Amino acid sequence: MMFTDFFITIGHRIIACMSFFGGLSNLAAQTVYLTFKPPYKWQRVLEQAKKAGNESFPIVALVALFIGFIFALQTAYFMQRIGSEIYIASLVALTVVRELGPVITALIVAGRVGASNTAELGSMQVTEQIDALETLATNPVKYLVVPRFVALGLMLPVLTLYANIIGIMGSYIICVFKLGITSSMYMNVTFDALLYKDLFTGLFKAWIFGMIIALISCYEGFNVEGGAEGVGKATTRSVVFTFIMIIAADCFFTALFYFIFP
Amino acid sequence: MIEIRELSKHFNNHQVLNRLSLNIEKGQTCVIIGRSGCGKSVLLKHIVGLLKPEEGSVLVEGKEVAKLNPLELDQLRFKISMVFQGGALFDSMNVADNVGFSLIEHTHITPKELAERVEESLHLVGLGGIGNLTPAELSGGMKKRVALARAICIRPEIILYDEPTTGVDPITADSINELIRSLHDKLKVTAVVVTHDMKSAYHVADKIAMMYQGKIIIEGKPEEIQASRDPVVHQFINGLSKGPITESIGNSR
Repeated sequence: MMFTDFFITIGHRIIACMSFFGGLSNLAAQTVYLTFKPPYKWQRVLEQAKKAGNESFPIVALVALFIGFIFALQTAYFMQRIGSEIYIASLVALTVVRELGPVITALIVAGRVGASNTAELGSMQVTEQIDALETLATNPVKYLVVPRFVALGLMLPVLTLYANIIGIMGSYIICVFKLGITSSMYMNVTFDALLYKDLFTGLFKAWIFGMIIALISCYEGFNVEGGAEGVGKATTRSVVFTFIMIIAADCFFTALFYFIFP
Repeated sequence: MIEIRELSKHFNNHQVLNRLSLNIEKGQTCVIIGRSGCGKSVLLKHIVGLLKPEEGSVLVEGKEVAKLNPLELDQLRFKISMVFQGGALFDSMNVADNVGFSLIEHTHITPKELAERVEESLHLVGLGGIGNLTPAELSGGMKKRVALARAICIRPEIILYDEPTTGVDPITADSINELIRSLHDKLKVTAVVVTHDMKSAYHVADKIAMMYQGKIIIEGKPEEIQASRDPVVHQFINGLSKGPITESIGNSR
C-alpha cells in the first residue's frame, strides 16, 4: 500500500511538472508570436517598463552598492594576506559584470515585479476580468503578457548595467577610502580586466532572465484557482519557480559561454 | 439566433451539462433558471466561446462557435456582450475607460466621439457623470450597472447576463430588472439571463427555461412555468426546502 502511494505521488509530481513546462512553453510560443503581430501598443509597454525599471531602480542600486562593499571587504581579507589588494578591482569587476550584476538584479526584479505580476493577473483571473477581456474580443496574452514580456526583456539589461556600475562603485569606495588604492590605479585595473564579451554575456543573460520572469509570473497568474488563497499560493510558487529557473538558466548560459567564448 | 444542440461538459468527474438543447429566438429575452452550481454560467461561457463543448454544439446566427477561427470569434464577440456576475470591471482603469474599452481597443474613434458614446451608455444605465470614478469607489449595484454600460457600449445584438441581481439589495435588483427590460425595448437586443431569482425571472423574461441535472427540463412563457405541475419546477420556483431536488441531493450523498 505504501509503495503504491509512493508511486502515485511520484506520478502526480511528474504529471504536474510536465503540465507546468508544457503550459509555460505554450504561453512562451504565443507570447513571441503575438509580440511581432500588429497592432503594437507601445503605451502599455512603456507603463510596464516604468513599473519594472524606474520603480525597481532604487532597490537594485542599493543592493548593488552593498554587494560592492561586501565583495571588496571579503576579497580584501585574503588579498591583503598575499599582498595583492590591487587585484580586488579586477576580481570585483569581472564577478559583478559577468555574474552578480545580472543574477542579483534578476532576483530582485523577480521578487518585486514578478510577484506583483502574478498577484495582479491572479486577482484578474478570480474576478473574471480575464474572461471579460476575451469577451471584449481582446486576447489576454497580447494585452497582458506581451507588454510585460517586452518591458522586462528591455529593462533587465538596463537595470543590470546600472547594477554593474554601482557595484563597482561600491568596491571603489572601499578600495580607495579604506584600503588606500589610488583612484586612477583602481580604474585602470578595472578597465584592463574587463572585455566587451564580459559585458555582452552578462547583459544577454539579463535579457533571458527578464523573459523568464515575465513568462513564469504571467503563467502562474493565469492559472490561479480558488480565490484569495489561490492568489497567495500562486505568487509564492511564481517567485520560487522564477528563482530556480533564473539560477538554472544562469548555470546553462555560463557553461555555454565558457565553451563558445573561452 | 442561438441554437444549443446536445451540449455536454463535465468538470472533475461531475457532469455539468448533459446533452442540453435550447433555442433562443432573435429579440427574445430568455431567462435560464436553476440552482446555484447547476451549470448556468457554464452554458453562457459556451455561447460566448470561453469554453469549448465536449459534445454537441452552440450555433449563433447559424455559425458553430467552437469551430470559428480567432478572427471570426472576435467578430462574433463584437455582436455578443456578457455581463459578469461580479461585474468584472478592470481595476486598473476608471469607469469611462472600462465602458469604452472595446471602442478604444478595436476602433479608430475620436476622443470626442468616444466620450459621447461612453456618457450615452452610462446615461442608459442611469449613471451619467461618473466616468472619472474607479471601480473601487462603486457599490455592488453600481458595478453591475457599469458592467452593463460596458456591454451595451459596442451596441451588441446579444447580451448575456450572469446573475445580474445576485448580491444587491431588492431595490437595486428591481432597478436592474427594469434596466434589462428597457434595454431590450430600446436596443432590440436578444438577451440570455441566468438567474435563480424568480422575481427577476418573471419580470424580464419572454421565455423561461429551467436547468436541472445538466438538462433543460422545462421551457415556456413565465405563466406556463408558474402553472407547471412538475414537482421539480414547483419546488424550485416556490423556493421550498423539501421536494425532489433536495431529496435527490440527499440520496446521492
